Amino acid sequence: MDQRTSTEPQPKSPPIRLDTDTPATRTKQPPAGSAWSKDTGAGAASDRKASGHDVVFQTRDVSVHYGSAPALVNVSLSIRQREITAFIGPSGCGKSTFLRCFNRTNDLIPSARITGRIDYHLQDLYAKDVDAVEVRRRIGMVFQKPNPFPKSIYDNLTFGPKVNRMKVDLDEVVETSLRRAALWDEVKNKLKQNAYSLSGGQQQRLCIARALTVDPEVILMDEPCSALDPIATAHIEDLMRELENDYTIVIVTHNMQQAARVSDRTAFFTAEVESENDDRRFGRLVEIGDTSMIFSNPGDRRTEDYISGRFG
Amino acid sequence: MAVATSERPGRQTSGSFKAPVGNTVREKFTQLVLFLATCVALVVLATLLIDIFKDGVGGLSLDFLTQYTSRIAANAGIRSGLTGTLSLMVLVALMAFPLGVGAALYLEEFAPKNRWTRLLETNINNLAGVPSIVYGLLGLSVFVFFVGFGRSLITGALTLTLLVLPVVIVASREALRAVPREIRDGGLALGATPLQVAVRQTLPAAIPSILTGMILSLSRAIGETAPILVAGAVGSRRADNEPWNLSEAYTAIPIQIFDFVKRPQEEFQIQVASAAIIVLMTLLLFMNSAAIIIRNRYARNG
Repeated sequence: MDQRTSTEPQPKSPPIRLDTDTPATRTKQPPAGSAWSKDTGAGAASDRKASGHDVVFQTRDVSVHYGSAPALVNVSLSIRQREITAFIGPSGCGKSTFLRCFNRTNDLIPSARITGRIDYHLQDLYAKDVDAVEVRRRIGMVFQKPNPFPKSIYDNLTFGPKVNRMKVDLDEVVETSLRRAALWDEVKNKLKQNAYSLSGGQQQRLCIARALTVDPEVILMDEPCSALDPIATAHIEDLMRELENDYTIVIVTHNMQQAARVSDRTAFFTAEVESENDDRRFGRLVEIGDTSMIFSNPGDRRTEDYISGRFG
Repeated sequence: MAVATSERPGRQTSGSFKAPVGNTVREKFTQLVLFLATCVALVVLATLLIDIFKDGVGGLSLDFLTQYTSRIAANAGIRSGLTGTLSLMVLVALMAFPLGVGAALYLEEFAPKNRWTRLLETNINNLAGVPSIVYGLLGLSVFVFFVGFGRSLITGALTLTLLVLPVVIVASREALRAVPREIRDGGLALGATPLQVAVRQTLPAAIPSILTGMILSLSRAIGETAPILVAGAVGSRRADNEPWNLSEAYTAIPIQIFDFVKRPQEEFQIQVASAAIIVLMTLLLFMNSAAIIIRNRYARNG
């Protein structure tokens, strides 16, 4: 079941994409009065199957500009449910920028402009009646540098449920999320201690636990291990494998071995130079496919060069 | 044609590591000049302090704090000034804190970054440098005459609030700006609204620095004489000031000091005034120490 898309290496001309990754059934429009409006509780759950997989995100020609400079151009791909999708590529290829589109974090940057379309379970994520705050609750994010709040471990984990007015037993949420993040045994006796007293790896697992407290469907991870040592990294990777059973995970990583180890599918992005007398770069999706295929038998020359260490 | 590295001109491969003589001399001389500059400042300050202490310490007693002012130097006290200064402090803190922090939160967390807000920011920075007497004149024309508060405690408190507000805003903004971007990102990623993040994460993280700035602003406010002198503080008063008696006439320690040195008798000019200065300086010292303690505790925890 090799599903792969590929663009030919033609930096100067508009890309010609043979997008076999597209689900065949993209005909339905998102329901009006969508579930994103704040007071609607029920999600627009879709049982639509795409080539045997539930598709969580479907992007169509997504481009991001910062001011007038393009950061990412025409990305179309899909993210499947309960899988780990890795974005790899050299610096400046726009993979983090793209990740931030999925929970509308780019909205917070005044100069950022996003075009194209991102569907989340068939709903346009950027439609007028979609509340970005609600999007961010349902699509969680873990950042490059562990960023616990300067408060106790307990307070770190109760902030999400509190601001979302979730009717839950806070003690229970704290314990469940810490257990899921494989951190419970290490911190159960010091929940009142400041989160800054934890090691870097523990802090990052705390941040993952924190993301779980608001029960998101998707967890976006932006180079979550880049500030960690190999042992802490291994912990996080084990954890991701564990979480994959219940969550859809999208991870941006600089570390190709990490992508190969943890992900089910890999998307390779590359950075292109805008014009010869200007070295501003923008990103482009080269191909996406099953991780084993991307690493053993890439469809594009540039992917092969990158994963074999010839550039990047 | 390869050039052997050892033949490169200018590369020294032997000899001692002694500094060239000229360098050492210039270095030492500069340090000496800088040291002398520090000494001048310290010596002047020390002379001033010693002089005041010598003159005033004899006049200090518990009675000096608990007695009202008097025509006889030996009986004079600064009770009304002390209560006035403390009342002003409470009122200024109550007004400047919410206004200053609110403005800082808005400018730092919510305001769009456009020409209008940049103009606003520049003006706030400039206001911090406006001479304090100008605030006094503003207080006189607006609060005393236009609003009709007269020469009352609330006029003094409002005038001093206006005086410290720009400083509080600038200090609070800097405190908020020092909170790492990642904390806001983390809050937003959990589905908190920008307001929830600002109030529950960013502000608490910044509050120690904000408090430090607030206390330093307050200590500036209580040391000011000119603005409240213009805005109707009275020099001689034989009653307590209380923060809740807003419409009463008021005085403050610096105003009383000014009153003492204006009197013809030498005991007032030297001994009583110096004693009052010692009280004021002790108060300021306490406040600045509090600011330093808060800052240090924050530095340890952060």
